[in-house]
Amino acid sequence: MTIAFIILAVITVAGTAAAMGMRNAVHCVLALTVGFAGVAAIYLQLDAQFVGLTQIMVYVGAVAILAVFAIMMTHSPSPTKPPTYSSYWLMGSIVAAAVFAVLAWAVVSSGAHTQSLPSEPTVSVQQIGDALMHRFVLPLEIMGLLLTAALIGAVVIAMDHNEEIK
Amino acid sequence: MNSLQSYLLLSSLLFSIGLAGALTRRNAILVLIGIELMLNAANLNFIAFWRFGPAPAALTGVMFAIFSISVAAAEAAVGLAIILAAYRHSKTTDLDQMNSLKG
Amino acid sequence: MTLPLDQIFVLSKHWLLSFVPPIAQPLASAILSVVPVLIAFPLLFAITTLLERKGLGRIQNRYGPNRTGPWGLLQPIADGVKSLTKEDIVPLTADHAVHFLAPIFLVAAAFLGYAVLPIGRNMVISNLNAGVLYFFAVGSMVELSVFMAGWSSRSKYSLLGAMRAIAQMISYEVPLVLASVVVIMQAGSLSTVSIVEKQAGYTGIWPHWFVFTPWGIVGFALFMIAATAESNRSPFDLPEGESEIIAGYYIEYSGFKFALFFLGEYLGMFATSGMAITLFLGGWSAPFSFLTWIPSYVWFFAKLLALIFGFIWIRGTLPRLRMDQLMNLAWEFVLPTALLNMLVAGVWHFMPGGPIRWLVCIAIVAIPCTFLTRRLKRKKKFEVRTYSFAE
Repeated sequence: MTIAFIILAVITVAGTAAAMGMRNAVHCVLALTVGFAGVAAIYLQLDAQFVGLTQIMVYVGAVAILAVFAIMMTHSPSPTKPPTYSSYWLMGSIVAAAVFAVLAWAVVSSGAHTQSLPSEPTVSVQQIGDALMHRFVLPLEIMGLLLTAALIGAVVIAMDHNEEIK
Repeated sequence: MNSLQSYLLLSSLLFSIGLAGALTRRNAILVLIGIELMLNAANLNFIAFWRFGPAPAALTGVMFAIFSISVAAAEAAVGLAIILAAYRHSKTTDLDQMNSLKG
Repeated sequence: MTLPLDQIFVLSKHWLLSFVPPIAQPLASAILSVVPVLIAFPLLFAITTLLERKGLGRIQNRYGPNRTGPWGLLQPIADGVKSLTKEDIVPLTADHAVHFLAPIFLVAAAFLGYAVLPIGRNMVISNLNAGVLYFFAVGSMVELSVFMAGWSSRSKYSLLGAMRAIAQMISYEVPLVLASVVVIMQAGSLSTVSIVEKQAGYTGIWPHWFVFTPWGIVGFALFMIAATAESNRSPFDLPEGESEIIAGYYIEYSGFKFALFFLGEYLGMFATSGMAITLFLGGWSAPFSFLTWIPSYVWFFAKLLALIFGFIWIRGTLPRLRMDQLMNLAWEFVLPTALLNMLVAGVWHFMPGGPIRWLVCIAIVAIPCTFLTRRLKRKKKFEVRTYSFAE
C-alpha cells in the first residue's frame, strides 16, 4: 500500500459517499465526478492507462453530463422539499453494510495475500487494438450493435410523443 | 495487508456505497448512479486482478473493463431516457410515489 | 539535423537539472517542463486578445484599441489590471462553493490538455502512449465546469447559456473525435509525438503532412468546424451570444473570475488548434524542406497564430447560427461526412497509389456531401418554433 494509493482511495471514497449522501441532486453528481475521476486515477496507478482515460471520457465527460441534464429536465419547483431518503432507508443501509461486511471478510480471509506485485506489464495501446481486432472482434461488433440500439432506443423513449399528435 | 487486498477492499467499499445509494435514495436518477457505482467497483476488481494476476499480457481484465464501461454508458443513456419518459408521465422522479402499475 | 538553436530549451533544461540533487530530479524536471507552458500560453492569450480586437476593428472599418501605449500595444496589461481591481460580485442566491470552483476547474481542465502537445522537437511535457485519447478525455471535462458555472449562478440567462453550451459541445465532440480518427488510422498510433514523426518526411520540397491527402483535407476542415463550435466561437457562439443571452453561462461572474473564464476559453481554443496542427499540419515540422533550419517551436507557434488569424477572420465575417441550424449542421452534415471520411481513409490505405486513388477518394466524399448540403439548404420553411428550455 503506497501513499498515492491511500490518497486516491480516500478521495474516491469521499467523493462517492458524498454523492450518495448529499441532499442536492446536482451536488451529488458533482461529487460523483470526483469519485469517478478517483477511480480513473487508480486505474492509471495500476498501469491501465487506456482504461483510465476511457473512464474519464465516458464517466466524467458523458455519464455525469447526462445525469445533470436529466436532473435539470426533471426538476419540479415544488414548495415543500421532498425527503432525500426513501421510506425504507434503514433496511437499505443495513443490507449495504452487511454486504460490505461479507465482502471484506471474504477479501481479508482469502489467500490473495500470497501474491506480490508482478513487474510492470508493458501494455501499449497498439496491443489493446490488436486484441480488440483479433481475439475480441466478435464482442467488439456486438458492442457496436448494442451501442447503436441503445442510441436509437434512448432517442425513441425520450422523444415527446405528444408533439407528433399536435 | 498487501496491495491486492487493499484494492479489493476499496472496490468492495465502493460497491457497498453504490448499493446503499441505490437502496436508500428517493431520486430515480441517483439510484441509477448508484448502480453505475457498483459497475465501477466491479471494473476496479477486474483491473486489480489483471494487474496482480499471473498473465497480464493476455489483457483479459483490461478488455473486460473496456466492454463493461461501454455497456455502462449504454445503460446510463437508456436508463435516463426511461426516467425522462416516466417523469413526463407521472411528473415526478420520486421512487416512493411511482408505485402504481396502471397509468 | 538537431541544431543547437532548435534544442535550446531542451538543452537549457538539462543544464538546469544538473544543479539539482538526484532525488529531486523527477520533480524538478516536471516543474521545468510545465512552467514554460504555464507562462507561454497565457502570454499568447494576452497577445491574442489584442490581435482579435485590432483585427475585428480592421474588418469592421474602425481602429480598435489604440490609446494605451504605442498602437494600443499595452491594452492587455490595462485589461488585466482592470479585471484584477474590479469588485468580485457573487449573487446572493448563488451556490457559493460551486460558483467559486467553476472558473478554477475550467482553467485547470484547459491547461491539462497541453500535457500531450508537442510544441517542438523533443518538447512535449509527457509523451503518453494514448496521448490523443488523453486530450479528448480532458477536453470533455470542460463541459462539466461550464455546467457548474451556469447552474450555480441561479440565473435564467446563465442556465440557458450553459444548456446551450453543453448541448453544442456534446454534439460537436463526436465529429471532433471522428475527424481525428482518420489520422490515428493512418499513423497507427495514439501518441502525439509519433503522429508528428510520421509527417516529418519530405518529397522534393513538399512535406508529408496529412492535410495534403483527400481524407486529410476533409478531416482538417471538419476538425476546424468542430473546434470552432467546441470553443464557443463565432459563428457558433450561441452559448454566449451577446444580443440574446448577454454572456451566457458566465454572466454572473465579474472581476478576476470573469477573466479566468476568458482565459479558459482562449486556452481551449489554443489547445484544439494545437491538436489540429499536431494531427494534420505536421506539428512542429517546417512546411518546406529548405526551411528546416528555423527552430521547430517557431513553426509550431507560427501555425498556431495562422489558425488564430483564421478564427478571427471567421468571427468578423460570418453571422451567428440559430440553434436548430447549429444542430442540423452537426448531425446532418458534419457527422455523416466524418463517417464517410473514415471510409475514404480505409480506401486510401488499401488502394495502390496514383491519380485514380485521388479521384476515387474525392468522389466518395464529394458526391454524398453535395446531396447533404442540398438537403440542408432546402429546409427553408418558416413556422412557429418552440424551445423546450425557454418555456
